[in-house]
Amino acid sequence: MRIWAYGDDINTDMLFPGKYTYTCAKPDEIKPHLLEDLDPEFAKAVQPGDIVFAGKNFGCGSSREQPVVGLKAVGIEEIVARSYARIFYRAAINQGLLLVECPEAVAAYQPGMPVHLNLKESSITVGTQTYKFPTLPPEILAIRDAGGLLEYTRARLRARAGTK
Amino acid sequence: MNARAGDLVTCKPDRLLMHDNAAAITDKVAKDMAEFGIADPEQPVIVLDHVIPASDEKTATSHRKIREFVKKYGIKHFFDIGTGICHQVMVEKGLILPGMLAVGSDSHTCSYGAVNSFATGIDRTEAASLLLTGETWFKVPESIRITLHGRLPEMVSAKDLILTIIGKIGADGADYCSVEFWGDIAGLTIDDRFTIANMGVEMGAKNAVFPVDEVTKGYLQEIGVNRITWNPEWADDGATYRQELTWNLGEVVPALAVPHKVDKYKPVTELAGMEIQQCLIGTCTNGRASDLAVAAKILCGKKVSPSTRLLILPASRAELEEALDAGDVEALITAGAVLLPPGCGPCLGAHQGCLAPGEKCISTSNRNFKGRMGCKDAEIYLASPATVAATALTGKITDPREVA
Repeated sequence: MRIWAYGDDINTDMLFPGKYTYTCAKPDEIKPHLLEDLDPEFAKAVQPGDIVFAGKNFGCGSSREQPVVGLKAVGIEEIVARSYARIFYRAAINQGLLLVECPEAVAAYQPGMPVHLNLKESSITVGTQTYKFPTLPPEILAIRDAGGLLEYTRARLRARAGTK
Repeated sequence: MNARAGDLVTCKPDRLLMHDNAAAITDKVAKDMAEFGIADPEQPVIVLDHVIPASDEKTATSHRKIREFVKKYGIKHFFDIGTGICHQVMVEKGLILPGMLAVGSDSHTCSYGAVNSFATGIDRTEAASLLLTGETWFKVPESIRITLHGRLPEMVSAKDLILTIIGKIGADGADYCSVEFWGDIAGLTIDDRFTIANMGVEMGAKNAVFPVDEVTKGYLQEIGVNRITWNPEWADDGATYRQELTWNLGEVVPALAVPHKVDKYKPVTELAGMEIQQCLIGTCTNGRASDLAVAAKILCGKKVSPSTRLLILPASRAELEEALDAGDVEALITAGAVLLPPGCGPCLGAHQGCLAPGEKCISTSNRNFKGRMGCKDAEIYLASPATVAATALTGKITDPREVA
């Protein structure tokens, strides 16, 4: 497992350039351009199970969802950051991507340190220190647990149709 | 509604904005819409603006798909290419009124706070879900109160003010918050308020909102909206704020946001003389007739410097028509400007005025992110229409107070 660590205010243009926004929507079209203007190595070398670390306000800028869709598609299941921009935060919930908000873990991380996420305990271990991170309210967790917003919506619509 | 900051509520927004991304949004739920129908054909507003006219077969096909969707599902509010930039169209067509709740699959949906709407951006997946259900969840935001005092000096505009505010608050300073503007706002036109609210997201705000006053009422009357059709909202008595800031408008000076973040504030005087290869006046931030008038006044009877190029990107057909009637478009074209169709153009780097490596662009748009205008090795400086026009005249960053 590799940690990809970045700084503050990483915007969605850096995560997925705007020039592709209206021609690439499917995961396979998105993947080669992920983080293209931030870290050209990322798209070539990322492996399923890797984790992205970042500073404050991760995902600020445009509402484009390709960064979230693309990160999920390459096997990133978790991002650990000091804080997130709000549209990105919602987009992650909608795609079932876990955003860990834990400034202490980000501050503690140094290249090469082992990192372990314990989802049951909502905790993250960086080096020898373990930090708790906040969980989502149950109403919102239900969206993520359904596999994302569209699956959640479909289940509700089917249930509604079934009870008519 | 009796809700407090931090509460989760489920609501039906009055409006759901989509643009060229409606093709990808409807693709996600094509089968579901066939099975369940759509929640409300009057809720979505679709405006084709991001890549118009189509730049290639792929974008042309997206536009065709959207037109087909509009017809099939009887979408009431659809505006084809050339009408304008979605946010401008929403406001000038009276589709957004005081007190309305709006969401849009575009981060600059927060613009409608200019006319007292609670409006915020969402992603494509959430827009797709809204097509099916008509509703979504909101976390009631905390608020930041910004009180303005005095008047802006000559040649200093709302754009300089918001760049200054963002420079102070920071790109994440208003994350998740609703930003309220209080105080001496009577001197700010709806165009000014639009510029300010539009950039709310650049400090992380969920919403940036002005109260309804005589200026708002005058504007709504002008666009033909009847008084009885709207219900303004404003802060409760005794509301509490996460942060309270005051600003003396008289102290604001021509401002820049320098690469590659919107909160990297610098006064224009600090970078005066820097050579600029492209000047852009327009976009949803500053593409209204009043913005073009400021530029025309500076450039009338003069020529754009041969060492740079000036692009004009009107916010809408209506704004373009107003600028044509005023003679401002003629003045700009005669000065050597290139007129683009009302749309998003080079602002997001998809077409029409992309930059080359090593080039510098000064722009009235709202983002100077790396790669934003199609090239990661170019630089974007954000400024007011007056500063961009003054720069077009000399080919170097120029304080508009020096050419007025």
